[in-house]
Amino acid sequence: MKALLLVIAVLAAGGPASLPDIEDEVMCVECGTALNVSNSAVADQERAFIRRQIALGKDKEEVKAALVEEFGPGVLAEPEERGFSLAAYVVPAGLGLVALAGLLVAARRWRRRPAAPEPEPEPLADADARRLDAELAAYDRR
Amino acid sequence: MRLRASWAVILAAALLVGLLAYGVASRQADTSIDDAIAAGERVDAPTARLPRLGRPGQGSLADYRGKVVVLNFWASWCKPCTEELPLLERTHRSISGRGALVLGANYQDVSTSALGFVRRFKLTYPSLRDRDGEFADRYGSRAFPETFMIDRRGRIAASRRGPVDQRWLDRTLPPLLGEPA
Repeated sequence: MKALLLVIAVLAAGGPASLPDIEDEVMCVECGTALNVSNSAVADQERAFIRRQIALGKDKEEVKAALVEEFGPGVLAEPEERGFSLAAYVVPAGLGLVALAGLLVAARRWRRRPAAPEPEPEPLADADARRLDAELAAYDRR
Repeated sequence: MRLRASWAVILAAALLVGLLAYGVASRQADTSIDDAIAAGERVDAPTARLPRLGRPGQGSLADYRGKVVVLNFWASWCKPCTEELPLLERTHRSISGRGALVLGANYQDVSTSALGFVRRFKLTYPSLRDRDGEFADRYGSRAFPETFMIDRRGRIAASRRGPVDQRWLDRTLPPLLGEPA
């Protein structure tokens, strides 16, 4: 139980840092691609920087903070909250709101629609009516 | 009602296409400086207050108004950048007594690595830390290294998108050194 609590505490604290875990969440600042798919000189320099930070005993969030300190917020693989990059936040939220509004409108229309009246049964053909009468009469005689 | 829905879809699609077009256009490098230089004009050099590399405090290109500044954007991982550092240092030593200097702008770089090159080449000219390249973006920066000649009135007189050489320095620097403040 104590071991489990220790594991949970470590995970809650951000967990031990590793290069593969970090390099897919940061950018190669020069190439504009994720660090884990970059092989440029600056990417190698960033990876060396991350390894040094890990060797200093920093956890994942601390390493990312050190990267931001060194390269600016653009090093994180997430859109900046300014300029055109804002569209990455605004457009999905806007589309979500439009979809929600569409659902509400559709639901209101569906609720307002009057229930369809029960269709009148078609009258029986003469032959069928006679046969039905005969069968009912036979049933009554039993 | 169906017609109104169609218009709404068309409008939404047009907005998305417009947003994409704006995004593509906004990511393209600004060529206004190059256009002005090509037309023989001088534009005001963008300035920004940035941390000094290896020294406390902040500095700005604006601090050197009245001097000719050879503004060089560089990074330690960029081989052509480090190859031209000795030439820039020689240039700095030769012009520093004539109201001029070389000013480095180090960006997208690890500061300890940049400082390693400062020590290795015994650079005596100052460098600023433009950590995310925002200052470089204002110069329409496209690659490393890039160098701009700033006149005594803080205007861009010449630019070099690529490594500098002695011939380019000899052609662009002397006329600026001879200009009054």
